[in-house]
Amino acid sequence: MMLNPPPQPRISSKLIMPFVKSTMNVFTTMVKIKPNITAPYLKEDGHTTYDVSGIIGFSGGLLGSVIVSFQMETAHQLVNALVGAEVETNSPDFADAVGELANMIAGNAKKDLGLVTSIGVPSVVIGNCHIICRLTGVPCVVIPCHTSVGDFAVEVNIKPVA
Amino acid sequence: MKFLLVDDSRTMRNIQKRILAEIGTVEFVEAGDGIQALQVIGVTADGFQLILIDWNMPNMDGITLVNRIRTTDKKTPLVMVTTESEKSRIVEAIRAGVNNYILKPFTPEGMLEKIRLTLRIAA
Repeated sequence: MMLNPPPQPRISSKLIMPFVKSTMNVFTTMVKIKPNITAPYLKEDGHTTYDVSGIIGFSGGLLGSVIVSFQMETAHQLVNALVGAEVETNSPDFADAVGELANMIAGNAKKDLGLVTSIGVPSVVIGNCHIICRLTGVPCVVIPCHTSVGDFAVEVNIKPVA
Repeated sequence: MKFLLVDDSRTMRNIQKRILAEIGTVEFVEAGDGIQALQVIGVTADGFQLILIDWNMPNMDGITLVNRIRTTDKKTPLVMVTTESEKSRIVEAIRAGVNNYILKPFTPEGMLEKIRLTLRIAA
């Protein structure tokens, strides 16, 4: 007996494109490093893409979270460029700067998401191969970003409230 | 001149200080949320030539802080610096009494232009 495979989870591009636009805007304007953003893809596993994560939760018309995930040295260089000074990666200022980048990306995207929604204050997780639990049954879309100082990714795991 | 910078992100306060140092000789006072800001301000905001306020902060958010300041002080220039870019938010902030509104992300030139304009109008 043939069984039909479960339907693939779907996510509207209307929920993804605002983050593409916002990421370009934030990094071009405030970090002065323009990212090359390539084709988004569906994330299959639970690990964040890289080792430094800025996490923003969504509530109201949208539920879920957006994670901005960096290679460590990429985060270091981008934070230095944002702040205009050397920031040690083991300092609270480093985590604060990562959180602020995530805050600006999520905040800047919010108005184009088409729903009344709020964002929380950022959290930052630093460590190899960490896992951040996401909404179950909701696709996580990864937006790959490439810069002159390395790669990072914006992971979008949000859904409209029914 | 004395400016109060209210933002829960020390990174953002440091960026603002770096940019606003171009204005001239400025003493910067900082607060990480609305409650800290009110403690710094005291009864009125006299003594500050400008207060920059983030919207989304823990303990007391920026719009609440603006409303609280304007109950006793109608004159000190208040500038909201935030990612909140929906028209309804901007209208809400203006109705609460902000003098200008700067969206994050911003360029140094963009911020300086708005701050200089705000100070010129207030003078």
